[in-house]
Amino acid sequence: MRAVRSLLTGVILAGLSLVPAMAQEAPVPPSQNWSFDRIFGTYDLAAAQRGFQVYSEVCSNCHSMTLLHYRDLVGIGLTPAQIKSVAASVTVPQGTDDQGNPKEGPATPGDQFRSPFPNDKAARAANNGALPPDLSLIINAREYHADYVYGILTGFAEPPAGFKMQDGMNYNKMFPGHQIAMPQPLHDDQVTYADGTKATIDQESHDVVTFLAWAANPEMVERKQIGVRVILFLVFMGCITYAVKRKVWSDVH
Amino acid sequence: MAGLHKSDIPNPVLNWIDSRLPIITMMQKEYGVFPTPKNFNYFWNFGALATVNLVIMIITGIFLAMNYQPNTTLAFDSVQHIMRDVNYGWLIRYVHQNGASMFFIVVYIHIFRGLYYGSYKAPRELLWMLGVVILLLMMATAFMGYVLPWGQMSYWGATVITNLFSAFPGVGHAIVTLLWGGFSVDNPTLNRFFSLHYLLPFVLVGVVFLHVAALHIVGSNNPLGIDVKSPQDTLPFHPYYTIKDSVGMCVYLIVFAALVFFAPNFLGDPNNFIPANPLQTPADIVPEWYFLPYYAILRSVPNKLLGVCMMFSSILVLFVLPWLDTSRVRSARFRPIYRQLIWLWVAAVIGLGVCGAHKPEGIWVVLSRICTLYYFLHFLVILPILGKLERPLPLPESISQPVTGGRGGGPVPSGAAAKSMEKA
Repeated sequence: MRAVRSLLTGVILAGLSLVPAMAQEAPVPPSQNWSFDRIFGTYDLAAAQRGFQVYSEVCSNCHSMTLLHYRDLVGIGLTPAQIKSVAASVTVPQGTDDQGNPKEGPATPGDQFRSPFPNDKAARAANNGALPPDLSLIINAREYHADYVYGILTGFAEPPAGFKMQDGMNYNKMFPGHQIAMPQPLHDDQVTYADGTKATIDQESHDVVTFLAWAANPEMVERKQIGVRVILFLVFMGCITYAVKRKVWSDVH
Repeated sequence: MAGLHKSDIPNPVLNWIDSRLPIITMMQKEYGVFPTPKNFNYFWNFGALATVNLVIMIITGIFLAMNYQPNTTLAFDSVQHIMRDVNYGWLIRYVHQNGASMFFIVVYIHIFRGLYYGSYKAPRELLWMLGVVILLLMMATAFMGYVLPWGQMSYWGATVITNLFSAFPGVGHAIVTLLWGGFSVDNPTLNRFFSLHYLLPFVLVGVVFLHVAALHIVGSNNPLGIDVKSPQDTLPFHPYYTIKDSVGMCVYLIVFAALVFFAPNFLGDPNNFIPANPLQTPADIVPEWYFLPYYAILRSVPNKLLGVCMMFSSILVLFVLPWLDTSRVRSARFRPIYRQLIWLWVAAVIGLGVCGAHKPEGIWVVLSRICTLYYFLHFLVILPILGKLERPLPLPESISQPVTGGRGGGPVPSGAAAKSMEKA
């Protein structure tokens, strides 16, 4: 009978240890140190703001972020005045004019982030048939999350000798199958940071991933703050309830 | 007989109400003084926890429905609108999303409690069967709820699962067309799933009511599995079990809060953050964790129809469990062999869950077949035979006298003729 129990423990342990193996043959990106990781992690706002600059100057030429509005940028620490000027510098479609013709104009804080292409077909036509995915949720939508996106951005390399590349594709160490339609987007000094941070490719990637992580989970900081209070309260309540339970049950035998 | 109920509530207003509709008397009887076995352990918290979980799901669900759009072009973005723009929408949504997982955790433990302590045996067969109905309704509700965010896994999960019904000869394709409201998973599917996802929880409330009503007729089982013999064996439900359930509630809420606030997407699939795309199948279509064991049973059988039948049978077999288990001793504490084998069954279920998360290749096929075999063997062969062969340990005289003296008189199965509790 002991044997059954130890057999059982063995089966469960073996089963659980094999769970990570389900992650297929895709490369595993090395894990990075993120400000928003861990239980009490928050977003490094300076990095997120630099990341927004990288997104605006580089990524947004092909990738949309339709779930975001300019007003949301208060979340990375921009002031209302800054947001107004950021929005005003972008031209977005604004419905139709009195004659029914499509109209354009400067964005307001309430507008969605400008999309680079009017629709998916236009996006594919401009990108050799490949559709640049919307980046609003990209950190949540990929396994390994931030590490994966960082891995892709820093994973471009020359294909190894003998590796057959398809036309128009680029070699990437971290992309499943290693052939990605996106050409290497970030290079050293691709952007000039206002705060004097040296724009290495690692720095740019790190910053834009921080920005994208915020974009995917803008509620995270508030969520964790509330969570700490809720759990402290519940632990307190639990202790009191348990004490009362002991008291109530003390006369039972 | 017509006439006012004789209420002894002192407050005149409440007395007036209670005389005409004696709900206060009823609550007092069913939840106040209700005689409850005094020896419950914390496994007996999970029924109350499941009820609270259902209420949490309904309340959060109602608020989500105020902001959700059941339309294929709007659904995904409307969920993100809830997450980003609705005041505390992220909280309501994460509670609802993780509440589904918590519901299954709680209910699976509740079911395990029933299996371990033999709560399904006479006279609680119908109570148990109503519980299986609740499980089936929960599964249907959870499945349809998962479709609503209209992400990739929503769409492809719905496609795979609804397609299972096409395995039935003759009527199969008609059923699938009916489920879809068309010829593929599309807007009509989303609409009817939303409608049913809103309806079924209230059906669930009804069946839960029957489940509790039946419980209050036959009374609770207890860790010893023997009948209540005298008032000394029981305690009034309040305050003894209201406070004990409250302790469990705090622990449950801590686990729930840890998920919601610190790992809200831990149990989810990254693919469901990608809007549904009928033209692009994800590399791996995996159901939510609580369906993985059934999914593994389905895929362990090479024949589709047989696989579907086995999958449904894995739940349906629970309906006849009270008659498959021939042992008259309820609690596994007094069944030395069953006590080991139930853990083997648990291992088979967990093994199936792990297999369900992997592609059905190589070792996983073999492993899922072994686990499936044991799952059914346990119910269909072992339990009927074991009841005849196993020599149970001597049962205690009564709940308040848990230690039998030197009377090694062998098994004393508690007869159904034993006096039931005073409450009708």
